[in-house]
Amino acid sequence: MNTQVRIQANNVSFTYEDAPSPALSQVEFEVREGEFIAVLGHNGSGKSTLAKLLNALYLPTEGRILVCGFDTGKEENIWEVRRRAGMIFQNPDNQIVATVVKEDVAFGLENLGVPTEEMYPRVESALSAVQMNRYADSAPHLLSGGQKQRVAVAGILAMEPSVIIADEATAMLDPSGRREVLETVRSLNRNKGITVVWITHFMEEAAQADRILVVSDGKIVVSGTPREVFEDIDRIRDLHLDVPRMTALAAELRKEGMPLREGILTVEEMAEEVERLCPLKSAT
Amino acid sequence: MSIEVRHLTHTYGEGSVLKTVALDDISFTVEPGEFVGIVGHTGSGKSTLVQHLNGLLKPTSGQILIDGQDLNGEKVDRRALRQRIGLVFQYPEYQLFEETVAKDIAFGPKNQGLPADEIDRRVRKAMESVHLDYGKYAEKSPFELSGGQMRRAAIAGVLAMEPEVLILDEPTAGLDPRGRDRILTMLEELRAREHTTILMVSHSMEDMARLASRLLVICEGKLAADGSPRELFSRPGLMSSVGLDIPEAARLCAVLRAKGYDLPADLYRPEELREHLLRLWKEASAC
Ligand SMILES: Nc1ncnc2c1ncn2[C@@H]1O[C@H](COP(=O)(O)OP(=O)(O)OP(=O)(O)O)[C@@H](O)[C@H]1O
Ligand SMILES: [Mg+2]
Repeated sequence: MNTQVRIQANNVSFTYEDAPSPALSQVEFEVREGEFIAVLGHNGSGKSTLAKLLNALYLPTEGRILVCGFDTGKEENIWEVRRRAGMIFQNPDNQIVATVVKEDVAFGLENLGVPTEEMYPRVESALSAVQMNRYADSAPHLLSGGQKQRVAVAGILAMEPSVIIADEATAMLDPSGRREVLETVRSLNRNKGITVVWITHFMEEAAQADRILVVSDGKIVVSGTPREVFEDIDRIRDLHLDVPRMTALAAELRKEGMPLREGILTVEEMAEEVERLCPLKSAT
Repeated sequence: MSIEVRHLTHTYGEGSVLKTVALDDISFTVEPGEFVGIVGHTGSGKSTLVQHLNGLLKPTSGQILIDGQDLNGEKVDRRALRQRIGLVFQYPEYQLFEETVAKDIAFGPKNQGLPADEIDRRVRKAMESVHLDYGKYAEKSPFELSGGQMRRAAIAGVLAMEPEVLILDEPTAGLDPRGRDRILTMLEELRAREHTTILMVSHSMEDMARLASRLLVICEGKLAADGSPRELFSRPGLMSSVGLDIPEAARLCAVLRAKGYDLPADLYRPEELREHLLRLWKEASAC
């Protein structure tokens, strides 16, 4: 794996105008090329503030953020930063600007001044990457929430970004919409090496990340692989979070003496352990 | 308060090319004290349905009867009714509009004509119910809240009216796990203590497994199923056929049954599953 640093936050603090205390303080982390990072944290912990800092919508009050080597605090870098780190938000209806899907995807490119003959191939390939090419000529308002979010992802992809920042991109979707959007972004991460910062309140989504950062009261308090982070259930719950349901069930069963292995996150892993511990008598 | 929905049909854009039938001949009755979960994929018509239940939308055809009285009838005081049937919308950021969080939450009770000290009591109580610290947030502008904090404020605004029927459209979306748990506990208590009738739209089958006494499954504007969570979660293929999940406990149960394990088909709560897994393990270790 390439070890190029995509995001680097050095001692970053941010205070909203007139706020009594900082929304983020002394945040320090690094994201490497191709990583899929989940960001967890209680309501008001500072996740969205962090996302907006990574996208140069806000500038650090203190400290420095580099996105693909570009300092977000320098005026002349803003477009470089926004082109390289594309952002998707929670509400699918607020992100669509055009009345035809392909025009919506082209919107960012127009803003960048990309010539028309270059634009359409890029839009087409972005739409096929999220498997929405069939809908290129559709009206966005007729799409499902998950489809709208994939169009938003395509809009970012057309800009050929290095990083995708998703701020609760699945919060308003139904289960299949959630799966479809997460799968789309995960496959872009795996197949195109796009780095992902995935903010979520769904522990099952975070369980699929390479690494988890937990924010609490404006500080990063935990960082590690999902297995590491979800191991200490009491600590996670103290941070107003939880562990995936199967992890919680496994812990309860262990308390009753059932010797399940540590680190169970999914239904499939749990089923395997049950098979190991309670082998079925071979059928007659 | 009982709610009877009779042959409700709602068409958007009647007479235009964009005409869509959002609800198609839906009928059901909700008795006082029930906790009804409304599920369905995005665009299936859930939000359109709940907006009919407090008179925000009018049926294209069909009726909504509240305690036997037509909600859209001539003589009905819909404003008074709306205060007894509280609705928390899907996107709370569009529901907040006052200068401070406290004023926003006080808006409903004020409209009810309550005295100032009662309004204050209700604002504090509602903020406590949603775990929004009064000292910290009462005087803040709602627009300076995080997404999850806004949702809490929006829920508090409806709770402060102390409605007899509470309708919530995706109340826990965007809440952190503790916030989600607290809101669900609060709903459980409200139902037990005040016998509030609750209708909740949610994509979280886990939340439904915990709370709902009954589920209405909406698919393409039609009522596709109406029954207990136990019945519907164990009916093979039903939830997936309408694009929905089943709770993880029910899924684990199905996976293990498919492998040949002796488990009842209708388990869907983690605590039930725990007992059965312990039993399987004890049986296996015994021989
Ligand atoms: N525009 C604003 N002006 C002033 N304060 C703000 C503003 N937006 C957010 N805050 C405050 O900054 C803190 C961090 O908010 P932020 O939106 O980053 O949290 P979050 O982790 O994204 O929360 P959630 O999970 O609820 O989305 C909170 O205390 C919030 O009240
Ligand atoms: Mg946020």
